[in-house]
Amino acid sequence: MNRLFDTLAVVGRFTIGACQAAGAVTLFGLSGISHLVRPPFYGRMFLRALVEIGYFSLPVVALTAIFTGMVLALQSYTGFARFAAEAAVANVVVLSVTRELGPVLAGLMVAGRVGAAMAAELGTMRVTDQIDALKTLATHPMKYLVAPRLLAGTIALPLLVIVADILGVLGGFIIAVFKLGFNSGVYLQRTMDFMETIDVMSGLAKAAVFGFIVALMGCYQGYTSRGGAQGVGAATTSAVVSASVLVLAFDYVLTELFFAR
Amino acid sequence: MSNATPKLRIRGLAKSFGDKAVLNGVDLDIPAGTSMVMIGGSGSGKSVLVKCILGLIEPDAGVIELDGRDLLTMQPDARDAARAQIGMLFQNGALFDSLPVWENVAFGLLARNDIGRAEARGRASTILGQVGLAPTVGDLWPSELSGGMQKRVALARAIAATPELMFFDEPTTGLDPIMGAVIDGLIVDCVKRLGSTALAITHDMASACRIGDAAAMIYEGRIIWSGPAAALMTSGNPVVEQFTHGRRDGPMTMALRA
Repeated sequence: MNRLFDTLAVVGRFTIGACQAAGAVTLFGLSGISHLVRPPFYGRMFLRALVEIGYFSLPVVALTAIFTGMVLALQSYTGFARFAAEAAVANVVVLSVTRELGPVLAGLMVAGRVGAAMAAELGTMRVTDQIDALKTLATHPMKYLVAPRLLAGTIALPLLVIVADILGVLGGFIIAVFKLGFNSGVYLQRTMDFMETIDVMSGLAKAAVFGFIVALMGCYQGYTSRGGAQGVGAATTSAVVSASVLVLAFDYVLTELFFAR
Repeated sequence: MSNATPKLRIRGLAKSFGDKAVLNGVDLDIPAGTSMVMIGGSGSGKSVLVKCILGLIEPDAGVIELDGRDLLTMQPDARDAARAQIGMLFQNGALFDSLPVWENVAFGLLARNDIGRAEARGRASTILGQVGLAPTVGDLWPSELSGGMQKRVALARAIAATPELMFFDEPTTGLDPIMGAVIDGLIVDCVKRLGSTALAITHDMASACRIGDAAAMIYEGRIIWSGPAAALMTSGNPVVEQFTHGRRDGPMTMALRA
């Protein structure tokens, strides 16, 4: 009986802890959003974050997308050949890339690159009193550090996903035409015929949510970090792990929302 | 005894972290124009006291009056406006390492939208000159500066908005004795030139005597002595004398374990 109560106590403590963490992140996010709509606005910080998240993530997102499109074409060709359905390669590539792989892989790549950097930067600022110094200089840290990053993440990721979509489809096209012997005109025609606006738009909407999540987790973990270098390291790890898990979880939720019948 | 309202008046200030009462009813008056030094052992609550005044830590109880107005019962906007007249020099400088030196110095001016960036840059050069740094230092990054230069830049940032009340948290920690004396001299010059009221936290007795007109000692979360800074070494208070003379034996016990 005691063992049962001990187990229930562990489950209870875990549940309460998870709810507290979820509540704290939600309040942090709402506070960040509220600072987005109240002056003063820090346009310079927003542009800096936009360049950091968007421009500097282009190479890693582009490489990921093009190789993913290439692998997708190869794998789907191998699989579909068993059913004499090789012609569906173009459909599978464009649908997978625009709906799923573009936004999810871009989200995960940006979580690894930008989420970690945000957590490390804000965490270092926290443990070296720079965030306290902001407050003493009539500047609200949420407004100066967090709100511009949230907005930049929400805007930058859809832009990255547009690039990822194009390069993912291009990767599939390269393999299909130059390795698998597809006719280039037919392949492109099938791609254009099969792609619908909702495929692209749902991917971009997902990307906006993922961008917000990555920036939110990076900022939250960094802003609330404690305990010197070890605390900053832990915050960085937590930012990447939590953002990656949330990206995948919200991917399912948004897919249900857009496509469940 | 003057009846004038002190610049800063603190009554019954209390703050605990868990079971540990760090501030246990602090009472302190700092008259306008006075430069006070606060001494006390490590972990005695000096920095917590300053952070409570600055609004970086929420106290559990007490009154903090700035020019006779209680900061803790003010509306947030009024509180922010009142605290905007406070300058702070952090122990480690706390310079923004993502900004060049001139932008660090002018940060408070830019944040208040008082001036444009071009004018702010000129003002930063002038203020850097006041702390003995060449205008070219403004183009460097904080990581390119020595410890003494970082302290000077942090001092420049603290005085840039001509604050009426200034806090200095262990301004000479980590500096050699000569650079410590230079920083102390700059602090005295800046405070006198601006006509500000100042509170400096320090362990360094030489620094305390150079900076302060008045002194106070915090022990076990309370102010146990206050008087002229010149009387620090001969206060007659056994706790203060043990601390100021660095005696191992005496009424003051230092916790070896937390």
